[in-house]
Amino acid sequence: MKSDAIMIKPEDNVATCLKDLQKGQVCRIGVGSESLNVVAQDAIEFGHKIAAKDISPGQDILKYGEVIGRATVLIPQGAHAHVHNIESLRGRGDLAGEGQ
Amino acid sequence: MEFKGYKRPDGSVGTRNYVGVLSTVICANEAAEGIAEAVKETTAFTHHQGCCQTPIDIQRVNETLVGLGRNPNLAAVLLVSLGCESTDVEQVAREISQSGKPVETVVIQEVGGAAKAIAQGVLIAQAMVTEASRAERAPCPLSELVVGLKCGSSDTTSGLSSNPAVGVLTDLVVEAGGTVIMGEVTEFIGAEHLLARHGKTPEIGQQVIELTQRMEQRAINMGFDIRGGQPTGGNIKGGLTTIEEKSLGAIAKAGNAPVEAVYEYGQKPQVKGLVIMDSPGREPEILTGLASAGANVIVFTTGRGAPQGFPFVPVIKITGNARTWEHLQDHMDFSVASVMEGSESLPQAGQRLLQEVAEVSSGRMTKAEINGYTRAMDIYMVGPVI
Repeated sequence: MKSDAIMIKPEDNVATCLKDLQKGQVCRIGVGSESLNVVAQDAIEFGHKIAAKDISPGQDILKYGEVIGRATVLIPQGAHAHVHNIESLRGRGDLAGEGQ
Repeated sequence: MEFKGYKRPDGSVGTRNYVGVLSTVICANEAAEGIAEAVKETTAFTHHQGCCQTPIDIQRVNETLVGLGRNPNLAAVLLVSLGCESTDVEQVAREISQSGKPVETVVIQEVGGAAKAIAQGVLIAQAMVTEASRAERAPCPLSELVVGLKCGSSDTTSGLSSNPAVGVLTDLVVEAGGTVIMGEVTEFIGAEHLLARHGKTPEIGQQVIELTQRMEQRAINMGFDIRGGQPTGGNIKGGLTTIEEKSLGAIAKAGNAPVEAVYEYGQKPQVKGLVIMDSPGREPEILTGLASAGANVIVFTTGRGAPQGFPFVPVIKITGNARTWEHLQDHMDFSVASVMEGSESLPQAGQRLLQEVAEVSSGRMTKAEINGYTRAMDIYMVGPVI
């Protein structure tokens, strides 16, 4: 059965959607040969990310098994994970004077 | 596999056979374009540099023009100068001619204005084209490929399909004894620790880290969050959230090959295999830098559909986004949407891409060459205009 989203490494907490998802739709997330079903909490476009598990504020966002940023608020499982709830940790000239 | 290229006197191999009309300063661009428009089989390189800059940048303009002039896709070079610029035009001409190709110079202020410079330049270019057109393609091994890498207008399909497919291509070209040049140092930020592990020695790995820190510091010094600039607004629409995420997808272009050396912007590699070159990710600067470094073909992945090509190096557009492939047919050359759909493996897609590169290097035109979208060019500067 085809996946609706792909998670690259088992330790990741976000997955990339392979099609547009409707709010309330069950999303099948493929992780290698395994899969995980979550309910989309938002409408999420193709190519955008869905939270594969609950992510606490301040927690690292993991994709490719690597840190791609940090949650700024609670991101519940199934929510759209993007610039409105994730911040980058790099190239932050806005924080340079504040000792981060 | 082999391709058919033009063997040059210095031993390099061209995939195209143009007479290059190179402007030596922003103020000579109109004349250079005037000449190129009037003579078939010529192509103009124009830019915005060469005057009112600090010595480090003037030196870079000189070196980049030399690199472009020596690019094997040019059979001969006509330099078009204003006459009062900071660019050392005589030095540039001398160093290009050391590669064994014909080089001539037209100086607007000496001949009495743009109209006369264009007339003189057209006659010189016509003679150069006559000679250049005698060249014939000959079979060449893949080891003569110098492949420049670029990704632009990326989305999340880039990191999942097109960039990893290019990574397979990188490994195949390196195995065949060819050269692959990767730049876009901005898009190492957040992934530099992984790329550094590709370093052939710990010192080369450390150079990758330092190059990335230097680029990140340039951005931090401006006092802003780089998000919106990197990732771009278009990247964000495509689902990329942070520069780290974009970078982790971008470095997949390196494949598994070791990084043999790290170079400054536009420098020609002295070794074969995968090398890193300093440059930002924006199209005009990196495409010019890759051409100056001697790239004879460029592969360019895109998610949302970047159209840019370069005047004399073919730029192959690859997308893993099925919608972009269907929607932007006049800009896209090669689809790996099959990888996203699960109907083709990455090794299969990479092998198919190598055939595409060999075919284009043998003369088949790219979409950007056909539709004339080939004017993304400028020289990457480090200092201010003064």
